[in-house]
Amino acid sequence: MIAQLTKNERQVALLILLALAVVGIAMAAGGRHDPFGAHGALVLLAAIVGSFAVISGYYAPEPPESRLDSYYDDPSKAGIILAMIWAVIAMFVGDWVAWLLVNPNLTFDAGWASFGRLRPVHTSGVIFGFGGNALIATSYYVMQRTSRARMPDQLTPWFVLLGYNLFCVIAATGYLMGVTQSKEYAEPEWYADIWLVIVWVAYFVLYLRTLARRKEPHIYVANWYYLAFILVVAMLHIVNNLAVPISWGSAKSYSLFSGVQDAMTEWWYGHNAVAFFLTSGFLGMLYYYMPKRAGRPIYSYRMSIISFWGITFFYMWAGSHHLHYTALPQWVQSLGMTFSVMLLIPSWVSAGNALMTLNGAWHKVRDDAVLRFMMVAAVFYGLTTFEGSFMAIRPVNSLSHYTDWTVGHVHAGALGWVAMITFGAIYASVPWLWKREAMYSARLVEAHFWLAVGGTVIYVFAMWNSGIIQGLMWRTYNESGTLAYSFVDSLVAMHPYYIARAVGGLFFLLGAVIGLYNIWMTIRTAPQAAPETAADRPVLAGGAVLQAGE
Amino acid sequence: MFGFHYRLERKTIGLVLAIIGVASIGGIVEIAPLFTIHQTVEDAPDMRVYTPLELAGRNIYIREGCYACHSQMIRTLRDEVERYGPYSLAVESKYDHPMLWGSKRTGPDLARLGNKYSDEWHVAHLNNPRDVVPESIMPAYAWLSRTELRTDDLSDHLKAQRTVGVPYTDDMIVNAAADAYGQAAPDSPQAEGVVKRYGKATAVRAFDSRPGELTEMDALVAYLQILGRLTDAAHKPVASAEK
Repeated sequence: MIAQLTKNERQVALLILLALAVVGIAMAAGGRHDPFGAHGALVLLAAIVGSFAVISGYYAPEPPESRLDSYYDDPSKAGIILAMIWAVIAMFVGDWVAWLLVNPNLTFDAGWASFGRLRPVHTSGVIFGFGGNALIATSYYVMQRTSRARMPDQLTPWFVLLGYNLFCVIAATGYLMGVTQSKEYAEPEWYADIWLVIVWVAYFVLYLRTLARRKEPHIYVANWYYLAFILVVAMLHIVNNLAVPISWGSAKSYSLFSGVQDAMTEWWYGHNAVAFFLTSGFLGMLYYYMPKRAGRPIYSYRMSIISFWGITFFYMWAGSHHLHYTALPQWVQSLGMTFSVMLLIPSWVSAGNALMTLNGAWHKVRDDAVLRFMMVAAVFYGLTTFEGSFMAIRPVNSLSHYTDWTVGHVHAGALGWVAMITFGAIYASVPWLWKREAMYSARLVEAHFWLAVGGTVIYVFAMWNSGIIQGLMWRTYNESGTLAYSFVDSLVAMHPYYIARAVGGLFFLLGAVIGLYNIWMTIRTAPQAAPETAADRPVLAGGAVLQAGE
Repeated sequence: MFGFHYRLERKTIGLVLAIIGVASIGGIVEIAPLFTIHQTVEDAPDMRVYTPLELAGRNIYIREGCYACHSQMIRTLRDEVERYGPYSLAVESKYDHPMLWGSKRTGPDLARLGNKYSDEWHVAHLNNPRDVVPESIMPAYAWLSRTELRTDDLSDHLKAQRTVGVPYTDDMIVNAAADAYGQAAPDSPQAEGVVKRYGKATAVRAFDSRPGELTEMDALVAYLQILGRLTDAAHKPVASAEK
C-alpha cells in the first residue's frame, strides 16, 4: 500500500499522522478523567500504527509511471473487506440485542453490555460501518469507470477511507463507554463529528477532482446520486450536530437547539439520513452495478432525471412525519405528510426504472444469484417506499408510531433494499477488482441469497404482527369505556414475535458470515481471470477518444 | 426540461449547486419558522430549570440509551391521554438540550412519570425490573447504586447549558456540585441552598435511601421524579394557554 504512494505523498501522510498524534496526545491529557481521554489514546494509537506503516515502506521505490494507465482500486478493495467485517460485527450485535428483548438476562452486569449502549453499536455499525464503507468503496470504483479517469492521487482515497473508519471506531467504542449525544443515528459526540466533517470535505474534493479529470462529456447518473449523498449528508450532519462541549477535556456536549426545534432538526436529519445515506448513495450503486451485471442499459434516461430530482427535493420535507400528533405545530406535520405521499412518485419511478432495466435479462436473474440480489433489492425498495408513504399518513401513523411496525419498516428497507443491493454490488465487484474469473463458490452466494431473503421476510412479518397488535392493544377500549389492556399486557403479547425476529436476524447474520468467507476464499484461491481489456482502463490525457463537443 | 438537464449534467459545479439549492428548500421552510413564530412554544412563567442532580440524572438517562425504548411525548390522542396523562406541550421540553421525545415504546411513555411511584419503587425497579414487574424485559441497572456520581464538572455542565440558552444564574453555576450533594442529603448544610436556588417545590431527599453517599442511582431517580413536573402548563385548561 505504501509502495503505491509517491515520495511526496508519503511525506504528506507522515505530516497528517503527526498532526493526528498531537491531537491524540492533547485529547488524552485534557481528558484524563473522562472517556474523552480514552479516545485520545485511541487516536494516538491509530497515528502510531499508521506512522509505522508509512515509515516501514518509506524507502520503497516510487511507483512507476505506468500506474496511471489503470484505475486505482486498492482503496476499493480495502473498503469492501472493511464493509463486510463491519457487517458481521454490527449484525451480531443487532441479533444479540434482539435476543435481549426475548430474555433480558442474556448479558453481563455491566454498563457496556446493556441494551441501551449496544443498540447504537448495531445501528451505527450497520449504517456507517457496513453501509458507509460499501458506499465509499463502490463510489471510488464507479466514479473512475464512468469518468474514464484515474483518481487524481493515491493518498486522498486512503485518507478518506481510513479516516472514516477511525470515526466509526470512535463512535462504536464511545457508545460502550456511554458517550452519546442521544440523537438517533447521530449519536457520536462533538469531536467525532468534527473529524467526520474533515474526512467528508476530503471525500467531496476527491470526487470533484476525479470528475474534473473525466473523459466523458456527461456525468453518469450514478455520480449524481453519489454527489447528492456526499453533499446533503454534509449539510444534515453539520446542522444537526451543532453543540457546545462542556469543556475541551470532556466528551460531553449540549445540543444548540432544544425541545421542539431540536426534535424537528433531529428528524429532518434522521429521515434524510435514510434518504441521502441509505437511499441516494445506494441508488448510485444500483445505477452502475445492475445494468453492468445484467448487460442491459438503464431503461429510461428521463425516468432517471425525474426520480433523481424528485427524491432530492421531496425527501427534505418529509422528516416531520416522525412527529405526528406531537407538540410540533400541525402545519409542519401536514407539510411532512403531504410531501411523504408525493415522495412515492419519484421512489417508484426509480424502482420501476431498475426493474424495467432487467427486461430481456430475466433469465440471468433466474440463474445468477448476484443479479437476483439486486433485483430483490429493487423490489424491496419499491415495497418499503410505499409502506413509508403509507405510514406517514397521520391516522395510519397514530397506530404505527412508537410500535415495532416502524422497526419492521426500517428493516424492510435496511435488510431488503440497502443490504441486498450492497451484497449484489460487492459480489459483482470482488471478481472484477481482484481479477478473478468468478466468486470462489456460486453455491455459497445462493445460500447467502436465500438466508438473506428468508431472514428479511421472517423479520419483517414478525414486526408487522407485533407492531399492529401493539398499536391496537394500546387503543382498545372495553365496554365500560376504559382502556382494555395495560402496557404490560401488550409487552407479553410481543414475546413470540421477538423470538421470530431474533431468528430472522440470525439467518441474515449467517448469510453475511458466509459472504465474508466466500469473499475471502475468492481473494485467496480463485483462479486468475484473463488480463483486463482496454475497456477497463482510464483514457489517458491527450487520448483520441474525446467526443465531439467536448 | 430534459434539454436543460442534458446541458446541466455536463457541468460538475452546476450540478453541485443545483443539488444544494433543491435540497435546502424543505429544511428552510419547515425549520426556520419554528424559531420565529411565537406560538410554537407556549408561555409558562412557572417553568423551572433542572437542578444539577436532576441534570446529572438526565445525562445518565442519555448515557444508558433509555430513550431508545421510552418516549417522553404524549400525543394528542384520547387513549394516550387516558393512559399517560395530559398531552405534552412544546414548552415542557424548552430546556431540554437535546430533547428526549423518543421514537419507540418498547417500554411505556415517561413524560408524566414524576411522583407516580415512590423512590423505593424506582430503586428496586432499576436494580432489577423483574423484582417489581415480573414480565418486564428492561435491563437491570444494578451498578448505578454502586457508582459514585461525578460532580466535579457539574459547574461546566451548567455553564454550557447557559451558553445554549438555559437561564442558570452565576450562583447556581458556582454551587452546582454542592447543590447536587445537598439535594440527596436532606439533613446536610448544603440542602438549604438547593431550596433557595431552585424553589420550595424541589424534592430534597435521599433518593436511594442512603443520604451519606451520592450515587448515580440518586441522580437518575431524582430525574425520573421530576419528569413532567417542571411546569403545570399541561394541566391547565387549553383556553389559558392561548391567552
